[in-house]
Formats: sequence, structure tokens, C-alpha cells
Amino acid sequence: MGRDCGGVGTDPHVESHGTEPACELYLQRGLATHRPWRVDLFQRKVGMSTFSTTGLAPAAPAQVRLAGGRVQDDLRAMAMVWRRELIRFSRNRLRIVTALVQPILFLFVLGTGMASMISRAAPGAAAGSDFKTFMFPGVVAMTVLFTSIFSAVSVVWDREFGFLREMLVAPVRRSALIFGKCLGGATVATIQALIMLALAGLVHVPYAPTLLVVLVGEMALAAFVLTALGMALAARMSQVESFQVVMQFVVLPVFFLSGALFPLTGLPGWLAALTRIDPLTYVVDPMRHAVFDYLVVSPRISSAFDAGLTWGAWKVPIGLQLGLFAAFGAVMLTIAIATFSRTD
Amino acid sequence: MSKAGTTSSAAAQSREDAVEVVNLTKRYGDLQAVRGVDFTVAPGETFGFLGPNGAGKSTTISMLCTLIKPTSGLAKVAGFDVVTQRSEVRRRIGLVFQDTTLDDYLTAEENLKFHAELYGVPRSQALERLETVLQMVGLWERRKGLVRTFSGGMKRRLEIARGLLHSPRVLFLDEPTVGLDPQTRSHIWSYIDDLRTKETITIFLTTHYMDEAEHCDRIAIIDQGRIVIMDTPAALKASVGRDRVQIQTDDHQAAILALKKKFGLEATVSEGQVVVHVTAGEQFVPKLFADLGMAISSVSIARPTLDDVFMTYTGRTIRDAEASSSERLAAGPWIRAARRR
Repeated sequence: MGRDCGGVGTDPHVESHGTEPACELYLQRGLATHRPWRVDLFQRKVGMSTFSTTGLAPAAPAQVRLAGGRVQDDLRAMAMVWRRELIRFSRNRLRIVTALVQPILFLFVLGTGMASMISRAAPGAAAGSDFKTFMFPGVVAMTVLFTSIFSAVSVVWDREFGFLREMLVAPVRRSALIFGKCLGGATVATIQALIMLALAGLVHVPYAPTLLVVLVGEMALAAFVLTALGMALAARMSQVESFQVVMQFVVLPVFFLSGALFPLTGLPGWLAALTRIDPLTYVVDPMRHAVFDYLVVSPRISSAFDAGLTWGAWKVPIGLQLGLFAAFGAVMLTIAIATFSRTD
Repeated sequence: MSKAGTTSSAAAQSREDAVEVVNLTKRYGDLQAVRGVDFTVAPGETFGFLGPNGAGKSTTISMLCTLIKPTSGLAKVAGFDVVTQRSEVRRRIGLVFQDTTLDDYLTAEENLKFHAELYGVPRSQALERLETVLQMVGLWERRKGLVRTFSGGMKRRLEIARGLLHSPRVLFLDEPTVGLDPQTRSHIWSYIDDLRTKETITIFLTTHYMDEAEHCDRIAIIDQGRIVIMDTPAALKASVGRDRVQIQTDDHQAAILALKKKFGLEATVSEGQVVVHVTAGEQFVPKLFADLGMAISSVSIARPTLDDVFMTYTGRTIRDAEASSSERLAAGPWIRAARRR
């Protein structure tokens, strides 16, 4: 510990008690007739040459192969960024539970309240549970939305606490890091939404394997696209406080306009227009359509709850909706990569 | 430095300067943060940038680490240009920043594994290397601990370990001990000194602590974006002037007269001792005993400190310099950088 004072026998611990090095203290206290730093330098040189000749320590650092900017290196980096998201997610159990509260409140409290109101207003038109069934895909989409954006925006915390810098200075492509982060956020959001999906039976959505496969696929797509959206937003955010801004100005409008809570038919023109420019709309409708495909309901309920998304009078095909949604995600990913590549 | 070195084999590169900087500048709007610095750092050398906060140390180190682009000038690290060959540079450097860049929610080991993956350390070597660096900083036993449970000193040690994990050619330490208590600071230094003997590595560090600069082989004193002087700590101190020799005798007045008569030196009494300034204290002391002709009960020699050096070359103490540069900063576009401290 401390510098060698040339074997004068000083207590090296002295050094830690003040700003003056121990040698200096010693010199001022008593007799010393040598220049400690010379001895110090000399000893270091001797030490180094000793090492290189005897091989006690490698003369050159053990040459570790350097990352060569190859595809494998980028894939490794991507996989690690992805893994980090999962590790962090699994360590934060409270977050997992907390993220379930809101969708459950929407589904079972708001859903039940609305259902009883509907059945009172139009007796016999719809069984109470039908509205909850209607809301179910919307609430699953909501879980995906909130979890994805939260995962993506956590990059702002990474920036605040410095870890982003560790990532950005690494000799790998930024695109690999961003893609890994989006994949990680998408995986986490999909897992979170799977927990909600497990509640399907409570709202009379059948556990049909093909339905589940379709829903999980759509959830995963939504999770990736929305994480990319969150990354594109987070790329320009430098403060943790901006998270509130994103919540209020992006996440909540996107959720309320998506048709998760009410059918998008027969709306006033301004609201209809807003709902059609909401990206989430284009995954909520396909998810709902998938659910209603597996239900036996009266044509009246079907036309009320699963009328399908229209542009004017034209009903937008499910495939096109998902295609547009995926394209939106690709644009967001590109923006995120471009923005992060510019910042140093 | 040969031009061929940059294109030929690694063997040729290893003979090159670890860091080569020619007339490097950085301007932020009206603020000239770095005003043309030139220096080279030899392989295996420990080179320190000493100066007050806001002198341009961190800006220079950021340019060398490819984190910010120079306004003009040339900088090469491990033989690669920091502007045109950024990835090549990044693969060969280790970085320890002023601010922590660890993930608090991962364990020490996970943080290092993350780094190993990002820097492409071969899996066959990664675990061995991980143990080596964790042992070096004394954190091997704590490898499973979450970083959020670590103290400031442990975090800094972990960052140093991480900076070494991919066996960089040059390790950059930006204020490695800032914000740590004196005991922890001296611990960090003992690890760094240990590292210098165990691995042949070039270390480039910045500090605004005078006493820490003494751990370097060479120091550049930087003030207001310029290198004021560059030399070994000993040479810098020698250049400042003479050693202060304090002599304890029974009769101070007789001693002063004798010093005047025998050596032609003007001595004074200070704090109960006879004080005289000479150029080489050690050589003077034997002569003193031989020729003074009176009893001496004790002698001590005090060196000029780096504080004296800074004072001599800039006309200010480092504290004064910091006060004025923080005013300069508050008005400039560096507010973000300053705020983070």
C-alpha cells in the first residue's frame, strides 16, 4: 500500500491521513538524505525489467483478441444487452406486480362498471361479460404499451446513472445495442402481457391454442414496435423528469385513442381521425378480431364490438393493419438508431 | 513515428507512442476549452494531466477516448487516429470516468461480463481474465454482490477492474479518486501502483490533486486549455527551486553567522529552527556537518511540492485557479458537464 519510500521504514499508512505523501512528512520530521522519488522511479524500472526477464508477469499484456467489428461481435453485444434487460426485469419483482395493477383495475373495475351500465341502458342487448371480453384485448395491449415504453425509457436512467456511456463507448455498432435493447424491452413486455393473457378465462376468452399463438405473436410485435417508439423518444431525452412528459403526452393519448376501451365506430369526425393516426389502433383491432373469431356471439354484438377498423367506408384488412404497424416500428427503430449514433 | 507503423503489424505498433497529440484544440462556441496541446506518451508510461477543474483536462481525455471530436489538430491513441479510426481506438483503451458508469442492479460479476461481451473478449479467456482483474482490485469475494450495495471506493475499484478487463493498451483514468475520502483515495492509488507493476500498460490520468500527480512518471500541468509545463515530478520540483533545509542547533544566531561565513548563505529563523534554502539539499547536508563547526541536533529537508510548481508556472494556487475557472464555466456552454460533478 502506498508508495515505496525507499526502504526508510516509514509507516506507509501515514500517507492516508493527509494530503502530503509519507515521504514528505518523513523528510520534514527528521533526517533523510536521499531523493525518495528517484529511488521510487529506479525501483519501478528494476521491477519491470525483472518481470520481463523472469516471466513472473507477462511483459506484454496477455493479448486478448480484440473485437473486430464482425457480425459475431455485434451479435454478442446485442445478446448481452438483451440479457441485461431480462436480468433487471427478473430482479424487480415489485415492478412486475405493480404493472399488473392498472390493467386489472381497468378490466375488472371499469369493465364491470361499464358492463352493468350497458346492460341497464339496453337490457338484453349484451351480457355484462361481453364488454369485459371486448376490453380484454385492449387491456392486454395496454400492458404491452406501458411495459414497453417503460423499458425503453429506462435508457434515460441509464444515461442519468452513466451506464449508457459504458454501452456507447464500446467498439460495437450502435445499431446492435439499440436492437438488443428493443428486443430486451419487447421480451419483457411480452412476458408481462402473458401474465394478463393468463386471465383470459375470467372474461370468457377461450384458451384455444391457435388463438393464443396469434395473440402472443401480435403481442410480441406490439412489444417490439412500442419499445422502438419508446427508444426513439428516449434518444432525445436527457432528464429523468422527461419520463412524465412521455407518459402524459404520448403513452396516455396513445392508449385512450387506440380503441382499447371503446369501439371505434360511429365516433365524431375529429375523434375518428385521431384514433386512425394512433399506431396502437393497428394492433388492438387485429387482437380483438382474433378474440371474437373464437367467440360465438350474436351478430348484433359482433357488429357493435368487432366492426373492424375502417378508413372512411373502407374496412382495413388485418394484414395491412399489422403491416402498417410493423412499418411504423421499423421507422421508429431507424430514428432511434440514427439519433443514438449521433450522440457520443 | 513512422507512417508505416499505422498500417503494418502489431509488433510495429507496439513500438509507437501510446498517445500522440499534435496541436489539439476544442472549442465550444466562444469557449476555447483546449487551445492547442502537444504531447506524446510512451508505452508503459504513467502520464498525468494536472490542473484545476475546467482547465481542459476532461475535454482532452474525452477527445482521446473518441467521445468528442476535436475542433482541430491530430490525436492518435495506440497508433490509431481518434477521429477516423474510432473503433480501433476504442478496442484498445480502457476507460474509467469521473462519474460511475456501472449498472447498480447487476452484480459486480455481471457488470464485468457485460463488458466482456461488448468488447468481444473470447469466452475461453473471459472468466480467467475476470478473476484476475477482480483479484487485483480486491473484489473477487464480492463478485456476487449487487453494485448498489457497494461503497464509492468499491465502485471505483470495480470500474478500474472493468477498464482492464479487455487488456487495453492504454488505460484512461479521468479523476480516478475524485469524491472519495483520503483513505479510499490512497487505497485506489495503491491498486493503480500495483497495476503498473503487474501489467505493462500505459496509464493516462487526470487529476486536480497535487499529491496524486506524484504517482506519475511524467506530468503535464494544464491551465486554461494550454500545457504550461511537462516533465517528471522530480524535475518539475527541481525546476521550481531550492530545497528548504531546517537546522536545529543550540544557538541559532551563531548558526546563522556560521552559515553566512562558511557557505555564504542567508539563513533565517522560522518556527524555532534555522532555515536556509539550497539547490541540492542532500549534497549540502554532509558539508554542513563537516564545515559548520558547531553542534547540530537535527536537520530536515523539505522539497518543493507540486503546489509550488503550479504556483510558479501559473502564478496562482490551484484553488484560486479553480475558483476562477468555475466562474468561467458557469457562463459557458459547459454547464451540463459541470453540473454532473
